[in-house]
Amino acid sequence: MDLSIFSHPNLIFVSLGVMILGATAAMVGSFSFLRKRALIGDAIAHAVLPGVCLSYIMFQSKHPLLMLLGAVSTGWMAILSIDAIVRHTKLKTDAAIGLVLSVFFGLGILLLTTIQHSGNASQTGLDKFLFGKAASMVSDDLIVFGLLAIGTIALLVVFFKEFVLISFDINFAKAIGVPVRNMEIVLSSLTVIAVAIGIQAVGVVLMAALLITPAAAARYWTDRVKTMLWLAAIFGALSGLAGSLISYAAPSMPTGPWIVVVISIFAIGSLLFAPGRGIVFRMVKRRRMQANMRNDNILKLFYHMGEREKDYYASRSLSDLTVNRHFHKKELIKGLRSLLKTDAVLRINDKWQITEKGKRQGMRIVRLHRLWELYLTRYMHIASDHVHDDAETIEHIITPELEEKLERLLEYPVSDPHNTEIPY
Amino acid sequence: MELDINSFWIILTGALVAVSCSMLGSFLVLRKMSMVGDAISHAVLPGIVIAFLLSGSRSTIPMLIGAAVFGILTTYLIETFNKKGRLQDDASIGITFTWLFAIGVILITAFASNVDLDQDCVLYGEIAYVPLDLWYLDDGSDLGPRAVWISGAVLLYIFALVYFAYRKLFITTFDPAYAAAIGISTMFWHYLLMSSVSLVTVVSFESVGAILVVAFLITPAATAYLLTEQLPRMLTLSAIFGVLAAFLGYILASYLDSSIAGAMTCILGLEFLLVFLWVVLFKPKAKMKKLSA
Repeated sequence: MDLSIFSHPNLIFVSLGVMILGATAAMVGSFSFLRKRALIGDAIAHAVLPGVCLSYIMFQSKHPLLMLLGAVSTGWMAILSIDAIVRHTKLKTDAAIGLVLSVFFGLGILLLTTIQHSGNASQTGLDKFLFGKAASMVSDDLIVFGLLAIGTIALLVVFFKEFVLISFDINFAKAIGVPVRNMEIVLSSLTVIAVAIGIQAVGVVLMAALLITPAAAARYWTDRVKTMLWLAAIFGALSGLAGSLISYAAPSMPTGPWIVVVISIFAIGSLLFAPGRGIVFRMVKRRRMQANMRNDNILKLFYHMGEREKDYYASRSLSDLTVNRHFHKKELIKGLRSLLKTDAVLRINDKWQITEKGKRQGMRIVRLHRLWELYLTRYMHIASDHVHDDAETIEHIITPELEEKLERLLEYPVSDPHNTEIPY
Repeated sequence: MELDINSFWIILTGALVAVSCSMLGSFLVLRKMSMVGDAISHAVLPGIVIAFLLSGSRSTIPMLIGAAVFGILTTYLIETFNKKGRLQDDASIGITFTWLFAIGVILITAFASNVDLDQDCVLYGEIAYVPLDLWYLDDGSDLGPRAVWISGAVLLYIFALVYFAYRKLFITTFDPAYAAAIGISTMFWHYLLMSSVSLVTVVSFESVGAILVVAFLITPAATAYLLTEQLPRMLTLSAIFGVLAAFLGYILASYLDSSIAGAMTCILGLEFLLVFLWVVLFKPKAKMKKLSA
């Protein structure tokens, strides 16, 4: 990568600023995400607009701290309004959020257009709150936002344990004496501040993405809150950097929406491909498990037929194999081919037979099935005609250790509840 | 201030949009899907822009198709992220709509030179321009503003939907399990409702904009819901609140010289605030009911 573009001072300001905003919002947003309050962030973001306009009307200045003061006060009002509506009426949280966000935003638009139409020249720039104008960030902004971001992250670190407690188990937190109410106020205030500064980068509508999308992406990679927070911060910062670089490379491109698109790609990529929780990962795992079960069942079929005919190594045609058990022919062929690769079966002309190895595997499945049936009848007192289905599933799951335990517990039995032999 | 013919057209458009929105919104509020409605109203943006680019004009039909496609896509994505991706529902709503909206904004900027749509217009609409865009016949005579006809047609559609499918909407809203048991596809009505939301959103784009349409969807319905527990009464009341806001909002806007849509939203908020205070302060019975429920 050509690093010479970073010598451009404005680009450094902008990307640094956006990265700080992105990381801060992502860390604070992780808690909104964990507390399932993701959309409240959206409401706060919309509610910031009237505050910004009001503070401009009152002070006739665009100093970042005054704007922030207005933003924080109406942001807080939105949180309180949502709480009040949910507490005092039969409306649910989602309706309360939608109502508060749209009405506050409408009020913001009303004030904004009033200011604009009043012909005051210095007001231009207030509308940057709508879509965010990261590119116009100057060093003054950077200092204010940088300090706020550092303060926010410091508070997150100091109260980390308390925030985790109130996010996961608020009753437990209360019981062990965490000042829950105060902690909630601190956390909500941090959210409001993160929103108020983050809006500079992406604007009102897309702010929710800066809060929750990095957290959602991070959640797919870890089960630890601390790791999740740092990962979210990294995702947030990286997408901030990507957004500012894209709009630097193509100046007509808006920074904010690109940040959101990049962060969404992180999230959707994680949702699909993250090991453990990703959709594709789980799908592959399920397919593999289904294939294993199918192969087990085919070997079991060979074993059963061999048992009946007292000839385990007879070669059998596809139609022989599909007679008894409900295998689809396609599935059967697929299974036989994969068993061929592991040397569990042999192919002779158009017929198939099991090898020594295949026989042992088939026998093991049959043994587990019958052991389990015996276990269910003897220890769980389930009627012997009710145990087959359960055994059909568990036979694929029992581990060698469990197998040994079962054998010892049942004292190496010779026959199952249906009086068929248990093979060893 | 004087009410001339232009004011009449603006108020009429606002009222038509308000009634469509508040009737649909009643179902959203009752189904606890207000925020899905919010998400759709944002997420149809790329659909509209793409339709715009492909058709090269601001004609309504391609836009409606584009929006309906993206409305259904949004609903589908939210469900997939939630069910298959195991993402909690509020986050899957938030991620889906911000992502699609961002793409829409990028498309607008990228093709700004050949698209006559601008961000501000999309965001908070410009109902004040409604009387300027007339529907001309071949012989040169005009039939009044195009927007009035379009919002009127959509309102008719919503009326027809609610009238003819009332029972099915009712059952799938209040007792989806029973609906499924008697063979009504909850899935179908869910998607139909969501595509209707995208339809209404597009029509509202030209008048109230992408964000304030949410106010029209949720606020009158929520206000009416505080006052009654009967669906027909709730539909009527919410429509009345909507129309009232369109009228008073216009007056407020011309008094303040501000955005008309913004003013209408403020009136909607005010209506809710008054009803909220009235219910909370003077109807302790309603509160008791909630506690015992």
